[in-house]
Amino acid sequence: MKKILSLLIAALLACTALAGCSSSEKAVSTDGSTSMEKVIGALGEAFEEDTGITVTYNPTGSGSGIEAVGQGRCDIGLSSRELKDEEKAEGLVGTTLALDGIAVIVNTENTVDDLSLETIAKIYKGEITNWKEVGGSDAEIVLIGREANSGTRDGFESITDTEDACQYRQELTSTGDVITAVSQNPAAIGYASLASVKDSVKALKVGGVEASEETVKDGSYVIQRPFVLVTKKDTKLSDEAQEFFDWVTSSDAAETIASAGVVAVN
Amino acid sequence: MNKKKLLENVIHGVFLILGLITVGCVLLITVYLVISGIPAIREIGLFKFLFGKKWESSAAEPSFGILPFILTSIYGTAGAIVIGVPIGFFTAVYLAKMAPKRIKAVMEAAVSLLAGIPSVVYGLVGMLILVPGIRKLFKIPDGASLLAAIIVLAIMILPSIIKVSITALEAVPKEYEEASLSLGATPVETYFKVSVPAAKSGIATAVVLGVGRAIGEAMAVMMVSGNVPNMPSLFGSVRFLTTAVAGEMSYSSGLQQQALFSIALVLFLFIMLINATLNFFLKRDKEK
Repeated sequence: MKKILSLLIAALLACTALAGCSSSEKAVSTDGSTSMEKVIGALGEAFEEDTGITVTYNPTGSGSGIEAVGQGRCDIGLSSRELKDEEKAEGLVGTTLALDGIAVIVNTENTVDDLSLETIAKIYKGEITNWKEVGGSDAEIVLIGREANSGTRDGFESITDTEDACQYRQELTSTGDVITAVSQNPAAIGYASLASVKDSVKALKVGGVEASEETVKDGSYVIQRPFVLVTKKDTKLSDEAQEFFDWVTSSDAAETIASAGVVAVN
Repeated sequence: MNKKKLLENVIHGVFLILGLITVGCVLLITVYLVISGIPAIREIGLFKFLFGKKWESSAAEPSFGILPFILTSIYGTAGAIVIGVPIGFFTAVYLAKMAPKRIKAVMEAAVSLLAGIPSVVYGLVGMLILVPGIRKLFKIPDGASLLAAIIVLAIMILPSIIKVSITALEAVPKEYEEASLSLGATPVETYFKVSVPAAKSGIATAVVLGVGRAIGEAMAVMMVSGNVPNMPSLFGSVRFLTTAVAGEMSYSSGLQQQALFSIALVLFLFIMLINATLNFFLKRDKEK
């Protein structure tokens, strides 16, 4: 009897602990680029605070996100590259939300301050291994990058065309760690999201163009990529999705977008 | 009377739940790891997974071989034990048997403090001091290496080794030592020939605990070891089992994510093995 009673009480207590879970009905679903996690996260949070509408995000990659919106599996697709012509031909429309600039950083002691995109690619592929080959001091170049699947790594490697070819010495898991590692080693080179670059490291000019918000915006700084919202031309968005879309592409959302470390277009 | 009985039963129920939570967690984690770890191993092939030398999880044609991680974890842990155990052991003998009261109090407090430092702090200090230090000392291009990880791990396992060894040494009956001393042995002879052998299973426990801590550490080694999936070399950039899981988990999907669960399963089996060894020592200790 005692045992049964205590078991009953245990079960009862366990049940009450699980109660109180509820789900909301209204939601905007987004699907796509893993690099856009931060910016969509920030926007979704702010949007939910204002309107009470939840924004879901499924990090599957640009390709699957575009496919998903084409098949109507989500409201808005997310892509961290421009739409291809054949994708546009399928009736998809891309709206650029923001620009993501990636700075190439070196130690402050490094005398090199300008490299071309090709030279950067050669350095990362291990074809140039010493700083003296590009006008610096005689020291072996230490390549520092991000972990596989990181949005920044993906962006950097696709722009410099070095996918799966980078000979990294260190693969770190956060922008902060990359900056710290580069600031500690005079022979190091790394890359990081433009917004997070600090004075402890030096951002290189790429092909003579300084990395800044303006040069990213006017397109002269080349290591950048667009964050694109993908929608279907003929299909009307749901009211909630339309509201979200209008808000994120308005100038009201610019501050939230900037807080995620990218340059807002509007 | 009835009221009292009801209260008793309620308390019984609460305690039962609390007990079940722990058991439930262990079961849940074990079952979940096995279920989510098996599919990738099946798809990749056990042999290819465990003995493959190449890990390229995000490449166009991915390959999932975790031999570099397994070897790195074994070498890293072994290295930490080789450095950490002698330091910890002699410190424990000194503190338990020889140190004056005041020095003992201060040093024991310091050891406790060392145990309480979060691993991310070890990693940060390692990144800012140890890694550049190794680079300058050995004149290599970059200091993030297996050696840096070994040193960080050796320091991290010191507190558990010292504390458990001290407890074991202090539990040796006074009579043993007194007998040895009265036979004319010097104090140091007594400590190493009588006290230490008498406490040896406790000291072995301390070492196994250290191994467990070292093999399971992720944060600190992630910051100092470079994380490139190379076959291990002392001055090379290496990736551990723990950091392989932690580093890629946040963005992974599909087979890559399943493979990460498989790595976690391998790590889990390693740690189970260590725990079994620990239990073996503890049990043998009790039977004596």
